[in-house]
Amino acid sequence: MARVHRNHPAYWAFVIHRLSGLGLAAFLPVHLYVLGLALSDSTAFADFISWSNTPALKALETLLVVFLSAHLSGGLRLLALEFLDWRNWQKTLVALSGGFSLCIGLVFLLYAY
Amino acid sequence: MSLPSARTESFLWLAQRISAMVLAVCVTVHIATMIIAVQGGLSAAEIISRVGGSRLWLGFYLVFVTAVAIHAPIGLKSVLREMTALPMRRIELLVGLFAIVIAALGLRAAFGLYGLGGQ
Amino acid sequence: MQTDQISVSIWRGGEDGKYQTYRVPRLESQTVLDVVTYIQRELDPSLSYRFACRVGVCGSCAMTVNGKARWTCRTHVSRVADGGAITLAPLRNLPVVKDLVVDMAVFFDKWEKALGSFVGDQTRDQALAAVSPADPRRREASAGIECIGCGICYATCDVVDWNKDYLGPAAMNRAWTLINDARDVARLPRLQAIAGDNGCLGCHSQQGCVERCPKSLNPTVAIAGLKRESMKAALKGELS
Repeated sequence: MARVHRNHPAYWAFVIHRLSGLGLAAFLPVHLYVLGLALSDSTAFADFISWSNTPALKALETLLVVFLSAHLSGGLRLLALEFLDWRNWQKTLVALSGGFSLCIGLVFLLYAY
Repeated sequence: MSLPSARTESFLWLAQRISAMVLAVCVTVHIATMIIAVQGGLSAAEIISRVGGSRLWLGFYLVFVTAVAIHAPIGLKSVLREMTALPMRRIELLVGLFAIVIAALGLRAAFGLYGLGGQ
Repeated sequence: MQTDQISVSIWRGGEDGKYQTYRVPRLESQTVLDVVTYIQRELDPSLSYRFACRVGVCGSCAMTVNGKARWTCRTHVSRVADGGAITLAPLRNLPVVKDLVVDMAVFFDKWEKALGSFVGDQTRDQALAAVSPADPRRREASAGIECIGCGICYATCDVVDWNKDYLGPAAMNRAWTLINDARDVARLPRLQAIAGDNGCLGCHSQQGCVERCPKSLNPTVAIAGLKRESMKAALKGELS
């Protein structure tokens, strides 16, 4: 009841942008650290790659790809909103950016495995 | 302790938007690379054969890492300010450290991978 | 949905009050304000609430109706009664005085902080300024000028909830109309007042204000305009 004022497309777009941003910020240091492993300790890197080959971690990886594409499309939406002249096509933009990130997630699932 | 001035906040905001525009390009390339490169499984050999010794990839990753190291900490600043009770000084310190960690790890990886190839 | 009665839970007391439930006869074309008035006149004269015009002109009867800020005078019971029940609370984000009455002082103080009043440099002896209705700046101003200060956007905005110093949608919508007023001479001080994270840069474009504004105004557009103008001022070195 106390939160129904939030139930509209632009608010959900905000929630997704914030969650994906936080998720990506948390993942980034891990990602870069593991890449660094490839330099200094290639067996550790290979171990990590094979360790990450479980279904759960693959799902997490796909989630991160969806986060990245959602943050990208949601961010482009925000840039358009802030820098372009607009008035009434906001909900179209929310729908487009949502659709885009889901597509990327699906394409990643189809092609990456 | 006084808050940052409207001018400082404006420049940080602008830096975040400009880095966002740069990232829009970088992330598109990154997603495409991921989908193409991960086919058949990610391996150190794949990364090194692609990135090693390539000035183009080095340049790309340097821009990418710099833009992320600017973009993410400024976003984190807003989130911490709105969602935690931390004082502004502490938040600035935390996101400053975060920026340094991202930049250091990112630059190390970019230069390191570049250096591994190029025979 | 014609039940004979509606069950109405109303916030009673100050910040640490609680809900009290009343049963009110269901009538044809009944507004939520009619319901509150019935309770105050027939059931409990100690109930405090605010209203004046009853027809959507004054903006004083805004309350939280089933979780959303609304003008109670323009809200039909048939549109909101959830299984014959309504929950009424004072507006969010403002201190509760008593029952359904909030203290609007902070809201209007922020209008002043955003320099939300016209500053001219002409006198009555000078010719009237000629402003074409087709002028793009005038159109921008006209788009936001109908705000009556009811506080619904302010009560809906989560950024206001998260940052007590955030100016809020109404004050900045007003500032944007004045920035676009060719006769106004306080452009720079106003940009200084609305710049930064407590002003336009705090907005995350959640657009609850746009969603809920009973006048169908778009404060998010106004705030985006302020972001661009204050950015130009910052780049020119005009902000401190």
